[in-house]
Amino acid sequence: MSKGFLKSSIGKKFVMGTTGLFLISFLVVHCFINALIFFNDGGLTFNIGAHFMAKNWLIRFGEIVLFAGLIIHMVQALVLTMDNKKSRPIGYEKIDGAANSSWYSRSMGLLGTLLLMFLIIHLAHFWVKSRFTGLPGEDANGHENLYAVMQETFKQLWVVILYCLSMISLSYHLLHGFQSAFQTLGLNHAKYTPLIKKAGVAFSIIVPLIFAAMPLAMHFGMIK
Amino acid sequence: MSHGNMNLTLKVWKQKNKDSKGKFETYDAKGISPDMSFLEMFDVVNEQLISSGKEPIAFDHDCREGICGMCSMYINGRPHGPKQGVTTCQLHMRSFKDGDVIVVEPWRSAAFPVIKDLAVDRSSFDRIMAAGGFVSVNTGNAKDANNILIPKPDADEAFEAAACIGCGACVAACKNASAMLFVSAKVSQLALLPQGKIEARERVLNMVAQMDEEGFGNCTNTGACEAECPKSISLENIARMNREYLVSNALSKK
Repeated sequence: MSKGFLKSSIGKKFVMGTTGLFLISFLVVHCFINALIFFNDGGLTFNIGAHFMAKNWLIRFGEIVLFAGLIIHMVQALVLTMDNKKSRPIGYEKIDGAANSSWYSRSMGLLGTLLLMFLIIHLAHFWVKSRFTGLPGEDANGHENLYAVMQETFKQLWVVILYCLSMISLSYHLLHGFQSAFQTLGLNHAKYTPLIKKAGVAFSIIVPLIFAAMPLAMHFGMIK
Repeated sequence: MSHGNMNLTLKVWKQKNKDSKGKFETYDAKGISPDMSFLEMFDVVNEQLISSGKEPIAFDHDCREGICGMCSMYINGRPHGPKQGVTTCQLHMRSFKDGDVIVVEPWRSAAFPVIKDLAVDRSSFDRIMAAGGFVSVNTGNAKDANNILIPKPDADEAFEAAACIGCGACVAACKNASAMLFVSAKVSQLALLPQGKIEARERVLNMVAQMDEEGFGNCTNTGACEAECPKSISLENIARMNREYLVSNALSKK
């Protein structure tokens, strides 16, 4: 890497793309482990997963890397947005954006900000409790009962609505971000790009859908 | 005045010079034939303005057949107007309806300062080209062209990238005023061919550095540039430039 890479336009975009893909990889893990609640066994399996994630030192280290990745992704987005504002000091009177691009590709900053607000609430709901303020009791296996916190949290209707709306934001953010990251990294190929795009659309719909199903299923008593 | 002519209202950006503050002025365009081009409509309006002792609207134009890339007009919220794959000079007035209000603005970019009214200074593109958009050729006898073998698909791709006329619509269309489509087309047309491969590493680094220095924005892959490009330059060129840049940067000895 030569000097000035991280200051160049493509270097900054490279950082956005790589941290974005890293955060996507986190979503996969998060989604799989949380989907353990669908075993509908009173959270026993889920709590095993949660216990592993909380106690394994490699995961604990990964958590620091994850937060670092998230912060870099956000800070870089801010830097890029401010740069871009400077590139067009006088705006247009009339813009027909819908004629040439999707609204969500033009609203990544807005969607990202919504996701950040959700994330703060989400961390306060679960992460702060499991890491700092403590969880209420243990389950039959003697594991900390994070599942009970989920049940308690999702009793509130506003929380369920907030989570579902936030998953819509996530879906649109991914819909642009997934394929965009590959384009930024220059990973473009006549044969594979159509596959990447299809995989991106599938991922952007399926993952937020599974996440949204969790508060819904718990609130409406489909899993006990 | 033949039958079916249109009366339009133009809302046009007027700006005395680079340093003055501009504003919109409203003009009536009466008796406009649907067969006129957008620039011919401006000619008619300007003739009327001149004959009534007013100052005409300044705009850039040259070839009026879609190859010179001079006619930079942002029409009703889109560069080169509502039609795809055409420049402003190739846009016909039949794309509009009688009574329409048409908003016409110059390209908006820190790297394209307004010279006057709708004319902008695009010499930032020239400086990017001077930074690396060339191949070095030895003097002496020209070599037989057939000595250099080029696969047909590569030649076609290079040709498609070379269709870029440097009009700046990509910058105008981009919400970030990024010049990535232009620069990537120029990087690609040379990087794809054996003559250009020799200097490809240096070229992409220098051209991107110049692009950044000129104050163009950063690409967020919205694809607006590709959709508005009068020559339909593909986003694949941007991916190719990103790839070339990342590899060249990693291998650079500086």
